[in-house]
Amino acid sequence: MTWEIVIGLEVHAQLSTHTKIFSGASTAYGAEPNTQADAVSIALPGVLPVLNKGAVERAIRFGLATGAHLAPRSVFARKNYFYPDLPKGYQISQFDLPVVGNGQLTIQVEPLSGNAKPYEKVVRITRAHLEEDAGKSLHGDFHGMTGVDLNRAGTPLLEIVSEPDMCSAAEAVAYAKTLHTLVRWIGICDGNMQEGSFRCDVNVSVRRPGEPLGTRREIKNLNSFKFMQQAIDYEVQWQIDTIENGGKVQQATILFDPDSGETRMMRSKEDAHDYRYFPDPDLLPLEISAEWIEEIRANMPVLPIKRRIAFMSENEDAYKAYCIKLRQDITIAYNQVMYGLSEYDATTLVSSKELADYFEACVTVVGQENAKLCANWVMGEVSAQLNRDGLDITQSPISAQQLGSILMRIADGTISNSGAKEVFRIMWAEEGGEADAIIEARGLKQVSDSGAIEALVDEIIAANADKVAEYRSGKDKLFGFFVGLAMKASKGKANPAQLNEILKQKLAG
Amino acid sequence: MIPYYARFNKVLTIMSLSTDDVKKVARLARLAMSETEVEAAHSQLSGIFDLIAEMQAVDTTGIEPMSHAQNVTQRLREDMVTEGNQRELFQSVAPQVEAGLYLVPQVIE
Repeated sequence: MTWEIVIGLEVHAQLSTHTKIFSGASTAYGAEPNTQADAVSIALPGVLPVLNKGAVERAIRFGLATGAHLAPRSVFARKNYFYPDLPKGYQISQFDLPVVGNGQLTIQVEPLSGNAKPYEKVVRITRAHLEEDAGKSLHGDFHGMTGVDLNRAGTPLLEIVSEPDMCSAAEAVAYAKTLHTLVRWIGICDGNMQEGSFRCDVNVSVRRPGEPLGTRREIKNLNSFKFMQQAIDYEVQWQIDTIENGGKVQQATILFDPDSGETRMMRSKEDAHDYRYFPDPDLLPLEISAEWIEEIRANMPVLPIKRRIAFMSENEDAYKAYCIKLRQDITIAYNQVMYGLSEYDATTLVSSKELADYFEACVTVVGQENAKLCANWVMGEVSAQLNRDGLDITQSPISAQQLGSILMRIADGTISNSGAKEVFRIMWAEEGGEADAIIEARGLKQVSDSGAIEALVDEIIAANADKVAEYRSGKDKLFGFFVGLAMKASKGKANPAQLNEILKQKLAG
Repeated sequence: MIPYYARFNKVLTIMSLSTDDVKKVARLARLAMSETEVEAAHSQLSGIFDLIAEMQAVDTTGIEPMSHAQNVTQRLREDMVTEGNQRELFQSVAPQVEAGLYLVPQVIE
């Protein structure tokens, strides 16, 4: 008997504003406790909320990026519950009239197991609404008391709710990663998961094919993609085992414990969901004009999916066909160039806007016909070195233009790939330098003079008569031995393709 | 999804409020109420609901719903820091503080 898995996600993205959603207190991370908790954050009597324009603007950017309906008029509501880190006794949120309505996100799913191929899927987004974050409770050593830090109280969040469209841990993770890339790409959230800027709640249920939806359990506050996958895998198995053993799944909120790899119950849902929402009388309806939306639209970057399609396409016809397949509009932004890279390369290069920009800046130097060479280097040498040094692409000691100046010399045959790696290594270590000057100073120019290479090969053949005889009698493997000798004799400078060709000819006798 | 308050209004037009409803709302609001207080609250709340029922009976066909007494919309604030650190002042009236934190009776989830 098979089971179907049904997963929906609620993601809390902390918006990258300077100040809180309803007051002018700073939202900078890591401040001393309660130094950023102003009168509104701590809910002193008589204070009133005033909505932050920057938070609304970021919500609009998200709506535009997901092709969502933007409510011309939306309403803030009070969600009532008691907890010490929620000093007002209610959280200001949105309920029946959220700012962002139905949207969608196209994801690329890398199946986690077997030889299954990557595939695309469109996940529907139900809504995204603005709300304030709560403070933090610290259950440390305070003589049996709980410490409350209200710095985080009032920080703007965009809660992004998906439809239950995902049917595996791989799909859920792909959705979360795509969303994570998107919110950073459009500059609305820094995506720092360790600092809690991007938190995922995952609703999981199982059912027999064709049956109605099963009872769901909600895994709260997952802050890494790895944990998300582990938590879903464990939870799915737990639910299946429970039902197959004759039990019933009860609706509940659960937590994932990374140490044990298990999920455990936090609270059952009986009373917990009676939040008695009602419109907040302190806040007027939020109106968003068409003009404001257009102003924001004009400043939106080309989205990752459109950049990815351009990276993959060989020409405009292919671009349009991909757009239709991935349910994107077929307009081509003024600055989009087609590169014809593989799907894998394209996906990797749009993992962040900065990486995509770096790649394209490099191609601008080396030329569109060398896009694959640039992609290989950005994803290879550059990424590997950045990883080793714990840097991100914006901190790369070698700029896209500098990398381009190295790759130019591969493209025009001046240096070999290994010579280029040497230049790259030197430039990285010295944090700069001029490619041509390094090539000159280190004598890295490759020898492409066929006369010189022929002379070198002749010498080797003369000095190794026995091996040559062996080779000629059918020991093909010795070819590598000769290549090695010749390369060494040329101090690594011989043009490899040329060397191979000449060597093959001469050895054939 | 019907909003809670809409659901509430709908319920009111069909049936009246029971004392159990009052007790539930009191529990959600963390209010301790004696039986006499429940009775009193019940009769007061019922009075309010009667008033709402009366308003709901009015024919409002063709009248646009109003969410606020004034025809104004939300004013927006520029995203600029205006509030400084006033922790010392605010915490001078707190019952108990330590290491910059407000201390409250222990809560365990």
